[in-house]
Amino acid sequence: MTPVSPGELSESGFAICFILILLIPCSAAGLALINAGLGRFRNAAHSMASALCVVAVAAGAYFFVGAAWQGYAGQPAYALRAAGRDWNWIGAGRFFLRGVEFGGASSLAALFGLAGAGLAAIIPLGSGADRWRLGSSCASTALLAAVTYPLFAHWVWGGGWLAQIGFLDSGGASAIQAVGGLTALSITWILGPRRGKFNSEGMPSALPGHNAVLVLLGCFLAWLGWLGLNGAGAILFTGTEVTRAVLIAVNTTLAASSAALAVAAITRARFGKTDASLCANGWVAGLVAASAGCAVIRPAGAVIVGLIAGALVVYSVEWLELHLGVDDPGGSVSVHAVAGMWGLIAVGPLAALLPGGRPGQWLGQLVGVASLLGFVLPLTYGLNWLLNRLSRQRVAIEGERQGLDLYELGAGAYPDFLTHNDDFWQR
Amino acid sequence: MKLMGFLLLVAGWTLVLAALALLPSGPSQVSFVLMALGIEALGLTLVFRSHLALGRDRK
Repeated sequence: MTPVSPGELSESGFAICFILILLIPCSAAGLALINAGLGRFRNAAHSMASALCVVAVAAGAYFFVGAAWQGYAGQPAYALRAAGRDWNWIGAGRFFLRGVEFGGASSLAALFGLAGAGLAAIIPLGSGADRWRLGSSCASTALLAAVTYPLFAHWVWGGGWLAQIGFLDSGGASAIQAVGGLTALSITWILGPRRGKFNSEGMPSALPGHNAVLVLLGCFLAWLGWLGLNGAGAILFTGTEVTRAVLIAVNTTLAASSAALAVAAITRARFGKTDASLCANGWVAGLVAASAGCAVIRPAGAVIVGLIAGALVVYSVEWLELHLGVDDPGGSVSVHAVAGMWGLIAVGPLAALLPGGRPGQWLGQLVGVASLLGFVLPLTYGLNWLLNRLSRQRVAIEGERQGLDLYELGAGAYPDFLTHNDDFWQR
Repeated sequence: MKLMGFLLLVAGWTLVLAALALLPSGPSQVSFVLMALGIEALGLTLVFRSHLALGRDRK
């Protein structure tokens, strides 16, 4: 499968792809609701306002430079020549979207990139919940949408070196989800855990989210958004026929369903009751894992991808918190980084519908995962570490005690809400 | 320990690139990439452990 060159989409294909891209903001809304619901009530308005602001910043940064660096297959790009071959590593487009011809496939790619940058920017908000300053999250997003995301998206979708070696990611399991998830991991390391999360022996205490209804409603919205994300990405970047959009939707839904059921079964077996917030995380993890190979795996393969993604989320959330001291209130690292990388690896053995079978496909997928860990994680950590040196990203202790709604916005999300003593961390 | 972990992550990725550029497709390239992933796993472990130790020091 090769990326579609500008002008190759038929009129109906263009229209369908455009409609699918218009669904993507639903996934951003879904993730924003999930993040808000999994945080504490006194940070709910801050969480939603942060989501809106980071999407705005991501759109701006992507418009200024991101789109030019991401580029599109067949457009100008910088390449390094080594060992007798060209390594296409960054787009050489014009800033401010000046090189985009509106009306062609490249304009759809730019719109997809704009939405994808916003979605990637919302992911770290889940891990930095209850303690990440609004200004700092916006600054971090600017770096993500201007540097990290476009660079990796160029490698995968812009005709870059990963695409050249056969790496396949239809809907953004790597460029959007894993990049966002690894940025979320960097943010949890830089911010440190919430006050009261770990006791002096390092044992975590439960700080449950304040609104499970928001979280579960977010899952439904995310589902709708992912149908658009995976469909549009596959048509635009992997040359999938428009008629295969049905298979993509079926695979996406099956992966999410099986992941949520796997989480429900595992939590019921282990704890005696089904955990609602983990089920929500499992649902999204299934969507994320399906993104990579939704266009090239059979429905039975999507069920396998979802089942393993769900199991991974349960154990990854627990492992990160209990053994690695990572405080990730929204589960962003497990849901987006771990499940995203699993989805990428699963393409290797499960891509039954690839033309010619591509026996070496899994090697390309492993190289993609190695690039995420060996390039994206150090890059995003380094950028956020520098930002933290310039201006502390974590809110002051008073802000954490008072709640970010009052401290940074001056008004709470629920002005008539009664507070309880046990809602506050021990002083 | 943290810096060493990140250096190992980058080193592993560099080995992957080197395998793709210098070795012919086949078992040698595959084993080189798998070894590089092992180095990355080691680096990731070091970074996680350094942050765990940092958290304990803060307390």
